[in-house]
Amino acid sequence: MVWRDAKASRTRLLLFMASIILGIAAVVSIQLFSSNLKDNIYRQSKSLMGADYIIDTRNSPTERAQAIIDSLVPDAMEVNFMSMIAFPKNGGTKLVRVRGMEGDFPFYGSIDTQPISAASNYQDLGGALVDATLLLQFDVKPGDSIKVGEVTLPISGSLKAIPGSTAISTSVAPPIIIPYRFIDDTQLLQFGSRKEYQYFFKAPEISDFNLFEEQIGPKLDAEGSDLDTHSATSQRLGRRYENVGKFLNLAAFIALLLGCIGIASSVHIYIKEKLNAIAILKCMGASRLQSFLIFLIQIAGIGMVGGFIGSLIGIGVQELFPYFLKDFLPFDVEISISVQPIIIGVLLGLCMSVLFALLPLLRTWYVSPLDVLRIDEQGSKAPQNIRLLVFGCIVIFLYAFSFWLLSDAIYALGFVIATLITFTVLGGVALLSIRTIRRFFPKQWGFTARQSLLNLFRPNNQTVVLVVAIGLGTFLISTLYFTKDILLSKTDVGQMDESANIIILDVQREQRDAVVQSISAEGMPILDNIPLVTMRMHSIKGRMVNELRKDTTHQVRGWILNHEFRTTYRDSLIASEEMAEGEWTPTLEPGEPIVISISDNLANDAKVGVGDPIVFNVQGMLIETTVGSIRQVDWARVQLNFSVVFPKGVLEDAPQFNVLSTSAPDEQSSAKLQRDLVAEFPNVSIIDLRQVITLIEDILDKVSWIINFMAFFSIFTGIIVLIGSVLTSKYQRIKESVLLRTLGAKNTHIRQITAFEYLFLGLLGSLVGILLALVSSLFLALFVFNEPFYPSMIPFLVFLPGITLLVLVIGLSNIRSVLKSSPLEVLRREG
Amino acid sequence: MSKILKINGLEKTYSSGNKQLTVLQNITFNVEKGQTFSIVGPSGSGKTTLLGLCAGLDQPNRGTVELCGKDLSELDEDQRAQLRNENVGFIFQNFQLLPTLTALENVSVPLELQGSSTATQTSMTLLEKVGLKDRVHHYPSQLSGGEQQRVALARAFANAPSILFADEPTGNLDEETGEKVIQLLLDLNKETGTTLVIITHDLELANRTQQILRLKGGEILTNQPTAVL
Repeated sequence: MVWRDAKASRTRLLLFMASIILGIAAVVSIQLFSSNLKDNIYRQSKSLMGADYIIDTRNSPTERAQAIIDSLVPDAMEVNFMSMIAFPKNGGTKLVRVRGMEGDFPFYGSIDTQPISAASNYQDLGGALVDATLLLQFDVKPGDSIKVGEVTLPISGSLKAIPGSTAISTSVAPPIIIPYRFIDDTQLLQFGSRKEYQYFFKAPEISDFNLFEEQIGPKLDAEGSDLDTHSATSQRLGRRYENVGKFLNLAAFIALLLGCIGIASSVHIYIKEKLNAIAILKCMGASRLQSFLIFLIQIAGIGMVGGFIGSLIGIGVQELFPYFLKDFLPFDVEISISVQPIIIGVLLGLCMSVLFALLPLLRTWYVSPLDVLRIDEQGSKAPQNIRLLVFGCIVIFLYAFSFWLLSDAIYALGFVIATLITFTVLGGVALLSIRTIRRFFPKQWGFTARQSLLNLFRPNNQTVVLVVAIGLGTFLISTLYFTKDILLSKTDVGQMDESANIIILDVQREQRDAVVQSISAEGMPILDNIPLVTMRMHSIKGRMVNELRKDTTHQVRGWILNHEFRTTYRDSLIASEEMAEGEWTPTLEPGEPIVISISDNLANDAKVGVGDPIVFNVQGMLIETTVGSIRQVDWARVQLNFSVVFPKGVLEDAPQFNVLSTSAPDEQSSAKLQRDLVAEFPNVSIIDLRQVITLIEDILDKVSWIINFMAFFSIFTGIIVLIGSVLTSKYQRIKESVLLRTLGAKNTHIRQITAFEYLFLGLLGSLVGILLALVSSLFLALFVFNEPFYPSMIPFLVFLPGITLLVLVIGLSNIRSVLKSSPLEVLRREG
Repeated sequence: MSKILKINGLEKTYSSGNKQLTVLQNITFNVEKGQTFSIVGPSGSGKTTLLGLCAGLDQPNRGTVELCGKDLSELDEDQRAQLRNENVGFIFQNFQLLPTLTALENVSVPLELQGSSTATQTSMTLLEKVGLKDRVHHYPSQLSGGEQQRVALARAFANAPSILFADEPTGNLDEETGEKVIQLLLDLNKETGTTLVIITHDLELANRTQQILRLKGGEILTNQPTAVL
């Protein structure tokens, strides 16, 4: 009986299945990719790092740290720092990360170079390995030369990949590897230069890195050095990508939910149409259980088959992810297929389809044989408590599934509540709009327009489901666009005339005037000329930093104790700062007690407030200060921000270097300025903000692709639900259309009625989606990004008409068969 | 009297797998303007098929149908729809009202399709005539069978048709209600001069029309005036 009934309704059942297939495909593809990602990180943890462990330190290691490092006998080391380089061949200049390498790093994995031999012989040949993209950018080839500070080296090969780096992390400052022995000759490591020393160790004999980290880590920490083991790196990486995976999982879950709602709604209408047949079966002696099972088995079968097909599609789709995510990942992801996600897919398909179909299915249980004589709409409904029980089961299942995805009870609860709210808002708005139209029905409108509006309230209408499906898809895509705009507006300095787009770092005091002159000679303004004085904290609120390091009970954050603060002095606040507490002191006369201003995050982390004393060590000289004010600093702004600011009149004579900024009107003048400055002052570093902004846009584009991809699943599921609903009500539509045609309506009338109806559904759904996205993005802008919100017009100009048109086309394409039906044939069938 | 419906050599066959099923063959007859005409015959004799062909709801395989002076085979679907809208009224056994529209709106449909500005007013008058003044804003599901058929009757006369086709108009009604509907139908026919073509099993009803055409096995058995019968 199950099969016989299913055969008769196979088109409709296939559509139910399509909804579940898409949702499962989304979940399985993401699940598989996430598990592959984890496996790969675990398998490749050593080659990701290139060593068993690394000790790194800012500036030269302290004596004690050096003793520990020496005792462990490093197998390789490097010093790395940012600097400008030049290509003598064409005069091109660029800010890069210079890595002076000694020893046979990496011990695991390899440096990928072209020619391949360059990775092993650059040390012996005394050449440089230069980032492959950089070579392409400047049209330079292996065999040409590169000028690093005062040294000019031949380029041994192009550097494609090195353990521990991603394409994104190397885009701002591409890496250049040179033998360590040339570092002194470059004369680039001067006072104030930011540099990092890394010591690489190969220690296959260590079996328990956690224990090793516990023993050595704190000792190195106390000396301002860090220990990083390959297992810790893989855990950290794992966590980072797990978060990406979790987000994608949730997006896929939403697509699946949407499909389930489509199923529930279609099954509702499907069962309603079957009530008479069920009543006949019951008249002939079928039990409640038998009639219930006929349809339960059908739906369960659809769920399982849908889950299986969805899993297979998911396996196919996951092959795409590594391609689009490759720039984010520091390693290649090898895709392997396990059975687990397929089992999950099938089970998920089964559970979700049965659960969401249960409410309408219950009607088969309660339908009375008397309904053969007369269908009683209310009589076949399940009692209230049973319906509540089913609803409770659905919510519990949603929660359990979210918990399984997120492994966090509170987040899972938050997600379920947020999902319920989103669906309720979308459904509520749809209902409200329908009621409003009903209440203020435009009686004066033409017949076709009125008839199409009436269709929205027709019996068995799926207006709410369609508005939710269309709305949710539009909501996801629009939120992405609005958020992208907020993020981009933060980096949009390159388009403002008066903003700095070139920053010149590490300008020594004696070079300052000459650099200023060079910039002015190019006709460019000096926008900032900021002095930088480096210092460390000596004591906080009367307690020595060394003492705090040993005290395990203190609440001061660890970084404060080892950090080299780059401070400045000035007499006014800048645009990114706001006073949060205390009073700003612009200048001080000699002899006056020194009051400083600190940023709010520093105040939090160092547990200090206004009036607390801090003693700084400035190149061996102790300066006693008191916190005079606390500033709220917007660190996200592309400008130089400081956690510690001194008033004028204190640090003028301290050892310092300067940061200058200017604005180049175009790329040519920017390139010329960079060339001139690098030629004259090889130690200064130049950041071209235009390139940084392009890079950020690039990253956002890639992130958008992934989110768009997930939104696509949602939209696509919405379309399937749409097609399903159009088909479900097709027979009713055929009858009505034929009646209208019998009464003299032309095909144009029928088309107009359908077009208006779907136009309205598309418009309402996408408009509600965009408006919801607008509200959520406004909240994101205000509370997460702390930025003013200027919404993009793209969702209104592109998504709104685009999605509406899509809905319209689907609606009209389904009415074609209605128009072809012979009126008499339909009237006879109905008769 | 001029002829409003001319049927000549009509044949209709349906395909069922490899088999051809002939439902109607060699059907020729005429209906005069203002005449009341009934088609009777046992189940499966082709009555409803014949009505559908006469009203242009389906296409014959052979033969011609001339309705209101127009050969239906020369008209496309939209032109046939227009012809129906301007000249034809229908009544069905199962009423065939649009479930999403109220009684008033159902009656207004033919007039609205004509673009009439007095659709509501005319429909109200017609509903009053069929005794449904108090039920105008009710949906079909809120009306009894007899009431639904009266709405259908009002709708059938809404566009002041030249010819009205009624397919078993009392088939779903009890005797008393059926009688009321028939009386109403005949009254309206007299009042407006509309030609009436009724398909029925009910010989008593057929006898109240001026001409009876008997069908059997898809062929005409007799076609005679009631007086002769």
